Amino acid sequence: MNLHVDHVSFSYASGVRALQDVTLRISSGESVALIGENGAGKTTLAKHLNGLLRPGEGRVLVGDWDTRDCTIARLATRVAYVFQNPDEQLFERTVYTEVAFGPRNLGWTPKDVEAGVQQALAQVGLLHAADHHPYDLQPSQRRLVTLAAALAMNTPLVVLDEPTTGQDAAGVERIGALVEGLKTRGRTLIGISHDLDFCALHFDRLVVVSRGAILAEGPTEAILGQFNLLGRAGVEPPPLVRLADALGLLGAPRSVDGFVELYRQERKPEESDHAHRTR
Amino acid sequence: MIEIANLGFSYPGARMQALDGITLTIPSGQFCGVVGANGSGKSTLCYALSGFIPHFFRGVYRGHVRIADRLVAERTLADLAGDVGLVFENPFNQITGARLTVAEEIAFGLENLAVPVKEMRRRIQEALALTGLTELADRSPYALSGGQQQRLAVASMIAMKPKVLVLDEPSSQLDPSGTRDLFETLKTLTSNAGLTLILTEHKLDWLAAFADRVIALAAGRVVLDGTPREVLTSPVMLENGIGQTRYTEAAARCRHAGLVKEDGSLPVTLEQAVEALR
Repeated sequence: MNLHVDHVSFSYASGVRALQDVTLRISSGESVALIGENGAGKTTLAKHLNGLLRPGEGRVLVGDWDTRDCTIARLATRVAYVFQNPDEQLFERTVYTEVAFGPRNLGWTPKDVEAGVQQALAQVGLLHAADHHPYDLQPSQRRLVTLAAALAMNTPLVVLDEPTTGQDAAGVERIGALVEGLKTRGRTLIGISHDLDFCALHFDRLVVVSRGAILAEGPTEAILGQFNLLGRAGVEPPPLVRLADALGLLGAPRSVDGFVELYRQERKPEESDHAHRTR
Repeated sequence: MIEIANLGFSYPGARMQALDGITLTIPSGQFCGVVGANGSGKSTLCYALSGFIPHFFRGVYRGHVRIADRLVAERTLADLAGDVGLVFENPFNQITGARLTVAEEIAFGLENLAVPVKEMRRRIQEALALTGLTELADRSPYALSGGQQQRLAVASMIAMKPKVLVLDEPSSQLDPSGTRDLFETLKTLTSNAGLTLILTEHKLDWLAAFADRVIALAAGRVVLDGTPREVLTSPVMLENGIGQTRYTEAAARCRHAGLVKEDGSLPVTLEQAVEALR
């Protein structure tokens, strides 16, 4: 499902101007990450995508729906939103009912709700915790509950606000696998993350947000290589990109595999050159 | 100085011990990183150091935690507050909700320590400046972004000038520049003010660059203890699901592929990685 943020400006009631004439088009099946420093407006922008916030000026189209004309409940059939802070999202008494809340409200049959919840919990590895109270789980597991709740909705669009916060190595990997699963199923993904390493691995387009406006956007490799641009947005390139740059390698690797490949390619001419000279 | 001797703790109803026989000595002024998979006991250790265990979280407690030669279990939380500060993993849990502005929020702890007003104002300004919040001093704590709230939580503790500062994943909501600023501030406080720091963190590359020492926990026990490079390059890290820095991973893979010589220990920082792969 396509998404069109069309010349959107927004100010909070406190007068803080959070978005300034933002235009962004995201096509069906794309995976796009919003990056930028704290307070740049990433979450404010994301909250416009499911109608939690309505534009002060401009409009947001989710498919052919204008968010100004839709209830949040209606938009929830198209956009699932995973909050930055799981504790703002969780309110049910068990993990199961938490994940079932969305599908039930979409009017699914009990059988479909059951199947959807089971599948979503299996995907995040929390089937064993279905009867637990969400607040009896560790914060990192509560995050997985919110992800399961979003997955269960089966929406064409999924917004993930800081999905890897507080996760250990295994948790980051699990969430990465979930994101890849959503991509192969053709979902449109919008991520917000300071974890640029995670963005590099799993999102194909980066949108750099700075002071409520879009500073730049483009394919992930192209954006990651622009140190000046990232610096202006208060963002540091991820470790592998910094290492490649420090070694003088030409390119911005998105994964360890990508780094090793780049290193191999750039080493070859040097090695043969060296071999030639010593001969 | 902190002395932990054979510390064990189980939460009520839990089958597993959250901490199981921890013995550590942490000298004054040390920047000590704690790593471990989720559920390894990092937060529980933070609570035990700051006195929330055994005074707030009840459970089965054994062993000793001493800070400046005084047993944590024998002091009240109010008494401990002057010596040890804890920055919670989730800043939303730390903000009092009883103050209308960022500056007043920082004042909360100082008021409870009966710090004179003049001194209080000075410390608030200093804490605001150190955490980059000066411009937001008059804003409501709830009108801040996640990262700004996290910096406020740190500012509130710095202002109290504790001898020991315990931070549970203090950079979880911060962007990389914010994380760098925080780590630099903390490093300065340990070097100049002799503050002892215990900091849990999943972002291993930051500990690699800033910590004096790294302790790895698994299932409530210390499995590694040493310099960042010793600990973070150990295979024990992978065995316990703690992971590695991208620098370690990339260099290990290049070695494995025969692209560089197997020479010395693997890198954990950018500088070391450049050295290893040049």
